[in-house]
Amino acid sequence: MPKDKLQKIMTGGEAVAEAMRQVNPDVVSAYPITPQTPIIETFSQIVADGKVDTEYILAESEHSALSCVTAASAAGARAMTATASQGLAYMWEMLGATAGMRLPVVMAIANRALSSPLNIHCDHSDSMGARDQGWIQIFSENNQEVYENTLLALRLSEDHDVLLPTMVMQDGFSTSHSAENMRILDDAIAKNFVGEFKPHKPLLNFSQPMTYGPVALPDTYFEVKRQQIEAMRTAKKKYLEIGAELSKITGNQYPYFEEYKLKDAEVAIVTSSSTAGTIKEIIDGRRAKGEKVGLLKIKLYRPFPYEEITKALSHIKTIGVMDRSPDYGSVAPFYGDIKVSFADSKKPPQIQSYVFGLGGREIMLTQIEKVFTELLNGEVSKETKYVGLKE
Amino acid sequence: MTQSVKKKKWEKLLPGGNLDQAGYSKEYHTGDWRNQIPIIDKSKCKNCLTCVGYCPEDCILVKEGKISHFDYKYCKGCGICAKECPTKAITMKEQK
Repeated sequence: MPKDKLQKIMTGGEAVAEAMRQVNPDVVSAYPITPQTPIIETFSQIVADGKVDTEYILAESEHSALSCVTAASAAGARAMTATASQGLAYMWEMLGATAGMRLPVVMAIANRALSSPLNIHCDHSDSMGARDQGWIQIFSENNQEVYENTLLALRLSEDHDVLLPTMVMQDGFSTSHSAENMRILDDAIAKNFVGEFKPHKPLLNFSQPMTYGPVALPDTYFEVKRQQIEAMRTAKKKYLEIGAELSKITGNQYPYFEEYKLKDAEVAIVTSSSTAGTIKEIIDGRRAKGEKVGLLKIKLYRPFPYEEITKALSHIKTIGVMDRSPDYGSVAPFYGDIKVSFADSKKPPQIQSYVFGLGGREIMLTQIEKVFTELLNGEVSKETKYVGLKE
Repeated sequence: MTQSVKKKKWEKLLPGGNLDQAGYSKEYHTGDWRNQIPIIDKSKCKNCLTCVGYCPEDCILVKEGKISHFDYKYCKGCGICAKECPTKAITMKEQK
């Protein structure tokens, strides 16, 4: 982003609220839950101060909050919400309804572990649990990405060839509660980028009555789902187009994933979110010693860019995939997707699955150093390795 | 869904299968669920009306004490009428 842009100190939570202030959505409905609370706390202050004319509905639960924004979106409003962890779990029933009725709701997620046992800290099991519900999912590494991804998500969701809801994820606490220096677009530029909301055949139009979410039994449901699958494929194309447009005003890039010193790397880590920042630090140190190590940071997670990932990682000898969610009875989510990316390769890289940071367990520089050392030594097994676990 | 939507290919539906009309349920008949269709052979029928009593959807219509016809709009093709008919006058055929 150009250096002359407004700089502000903000937390990741405030960054979402700032984007929402600029966008001035018609309806926002939410229910507080740690670590998402700063988002709606900040935004409700903005509403109370009269800086936006958003209809703000403090619902009595997340199920109701998503019901409110889903209904508002069907009615023809630009509607947004935010949640985390149990809140997202409580929204589960409505997640499919929002996506199924093809409503462009944008929701901020401050990733947090799921109960039980009770924990308020970061891991990605909440949004991973929701990844097959038909929502576009974008991970953000830092506050700046949170802000810009929120603007991008609105354009992507609302595109009439897409019409799918989007979750914009940030790490609970490490991002949501951490203040960073940020560059914020001028209000007019941000508003102009997102544009005026143009609902697709809204419910509140008496000259053209509509039915949203009709009964679709075995004779029609399949066709509706096939169409929704296609919309997700279209979203993948549109993400780059809209990202290129945003790039013109921010100067930043919006690829499917970030490649950090990856082009000539022999060994690489694949992960997402705030941990990517820590890994870059380690890479810089190892690069100074001449080690060819790199990072692929996942940004757009659903739809997943399989072919592009295969291309970006095909020259890597050994890959460590670091998931911040458990691998109950299966493989960890990122690891599974990366493995599938190489399903047709004649000479796939060696890929090791690492699970780390569950329930906010700190990931230390020394632990990432150890991961790189193992990868450089070619220590790869079919068993998941648990980083930072007492064992 | 309405009759016109049922025949459409997936690309032709409105997003989400949403409909650009209100009150679509008037065009939505439970008879659309039917996989098998009951056909009556009136030469075998003794008009005992057993089937009328058994039909869970009240879809067998009677006129002047005799079986008139099936209401296929609401007949779900459960086959109870064919099963209960003492003269085997009702048979279930594949719904096309």
